[in-house]
Amino acid sequence: METLIILLIGILVAVATYLILSRNIIRVILGTAVLSHAVHLLILTLGGLKKGNVPLLTEADAPYTDALPQALILTAIVISFAVTAFILVLAYRAYQDIGTDDLDALRGTNDE
Amino acid sequence: MMNNIIVLPLIIPIMVGVILVFLRPYVKTQRVISLVTLLGMVGISLYILNKIQTEGILRLDFGGWEPPFGILFVADSFAMLFVLTANIVTAICLIYAFSSIGESYEKMFFYPFVLFLIAGVNGSFLTGDLFNLFVCFEVMLLASYVLVTLGGKKAQLRESIKYVVINILSSWFFLVALAYLYGSLGTLNMAHLSERVAEAGQGPLLTTISILFLIVFSLKAGLLLFFWLPGSYSVPPTAIAALFGALLTKVGIYALFRTFTLIFYHEPSITHTLIGIMAGATLVLGCIGAIAYKDVRLIASYNVVIAVGFILVGLAVATEVSLEGSIYYVIHDMVAKAMLFLIVGTMIALTGKTKINEISGLIRNYPLFGWMVFVVTCSLAGIPPLSGFVGKVLVGQGAIESGSYILLALAFMSSIVVLYSLLRIFLNSIFGETIISVEDEVPLKKGMIISIVLLAIGTVSLGLGAEFISGYVSDAAHTLFNPSVYIEAVLGGNK
Repeated sequence: METLIILLIGILVAVATYLILSRNIIRVILGTAVLSHAVHLLILTLGGLKKGNVPLLTEADAPYTDALPQALILTAIVISFAVTAFILVLAYRAYQDIGTDDLDALRGTNDE
Repeated sequence: MMNNIIVLPLIIPIMVGVILVFLRPYVKTQRVISLVTLLGMVGISLYILNKIQTEGILRLDFGGWEPPFGILFVADSFAMLFVLTANIVTAICLIYAFSSIGESYEKMFFYPFVLFLIAGVNGSFLTGDLFNLFVCFEVMLLASYVLVTLGGKKAQLRESIKYVVINILSSWFFLVALAYLYGSLGTLNMAHLSERVAEAGQGPLLTTISILFLIVFSLKAGLLLFFWLPGSYSVPPTAIAALFGALLTKVGIYALFRTFTLIFYHEPSITHTLIGIMAGATLVLGCIGAIAYKDVRLIASYNVVIAVGFILVGLAVATEVSLEGSIYYVIHDMVAKAMLFLIVGTMIALTGKTKINEISGLIRNYPLFGWMVFVVTCSLAGIPPLSGFVGKVLVGQGAIESGSYILLALAFMSSIVVLYSLLRIFLNSIFGETIISVEDEVPLKKGMIISIVLLAIGTVSLGLGAEFISGYVSDAAHTLFNPSVYIEAVLGGNK
């Protein structure tokens, strides 16, 4: 199971990298969203994908499931949600004002 | 020692910031409340800093979960010196903002977001948990995203997209590094991590993870990976740019110092050599940038880069003396960089021009302002008795002790370049033929010059009163150099 998940993470990272390297800003944003999913899965996998007991040290004998990765992921999801929402608004505003969503056109010149 | 007071530098700005959101139309009230809050936090930081000297490192376990199980805040002298300086500098930048930022910004939640920013910065300095550090980073970064876009000028929107994307990527690397670290060591408490790394030995795997952390924090600090920095620091309004220049890179620097003195200090031949190479390259590239441009904002931004390189030289050679020097230098740099950015912004506000060859003779119109430029030039170049001197001497002494002569040479060459790049501003724009006739003179607002003078007083008194803070700094360096002090304070149980 771990191997499968790791493969999935690899695919997600590959897809995200492809998207981030494109010139269209919406694709870049989608890329960052996919990237964050990949890392959430990675945290979950590295914490151990055990099917086990509740995480109460004294109650259960063994093997108990580590609940911490899920807490970490929850926090990370909230943060990436907020950041994605912000950058979507930012991209839309930039599109309205500058009139392009092509990152090559956003290079900027020194004489402004 | 448990103490609830150390959560205040995080919680007060957040709560006050939320209250200020509701006071949106009342600009004057917002000004008073935010300034009073920051001054209050300066007082609290001073109190905590002195308490640490008598009672040792303070900590707070949230929810009563004892380390290593819960999240905790740890306040040692190193963290508190950063918190104290950050709050002082922010208060002074706010005074500048009062007279310069404009009502449209003030009504669009400028003050709440400055407070959220400082909350994130303080949290990053105080936390004792690596994942919590990530969260505090994000609090700070989200506030900075808003502040860098506030105003919505075309250049701001353009640069902020790059700034946000690069920071999302570096946060992603941070999470990956955290996942690997948790997978291999099973903990994220910094003291506990340090203990486990020491037990298990820092093998190739852990060293690789440490390099991942190095990349993440280098992106935040602008160590070698600073390509995003000059653009995004030169577009926002002056007061915000000064805050960024003074605070944001310092948080990355703090994280680098913390991880590479507390957790990953076992393989200095790999990690610290790498830091040394990156610091050297940063110094060289920053120097080239500082000389190459004529835009005063870009010159100031590249000066930030040079300072990052210089501070990290202290970490690369990693002797107790050099760490002490770096701490001095960070404190000095927060004050002096804020002053530099405020001065540069004031020059642009007064003349409406950005290039040094277009501005000339400001000292005839604004004599006090002209001399302030001279003070900041001397201070950043490290001329005694100003504040840059002590840090430079101690970093140099550390570099000689450990025989890193190349870094030593680069570090001191960079001081000369800093002096040259700032003297260029001084000679071109401050001296020379005056371009503003008496009738066209834009009056220099009192708030602007007061905040610049306050920072000048700060840099002078840091230089003259180095003796006064040396106790705190050497305690901070002692804790950094001896990880066992920190570990004992966190994991040693409740005394």
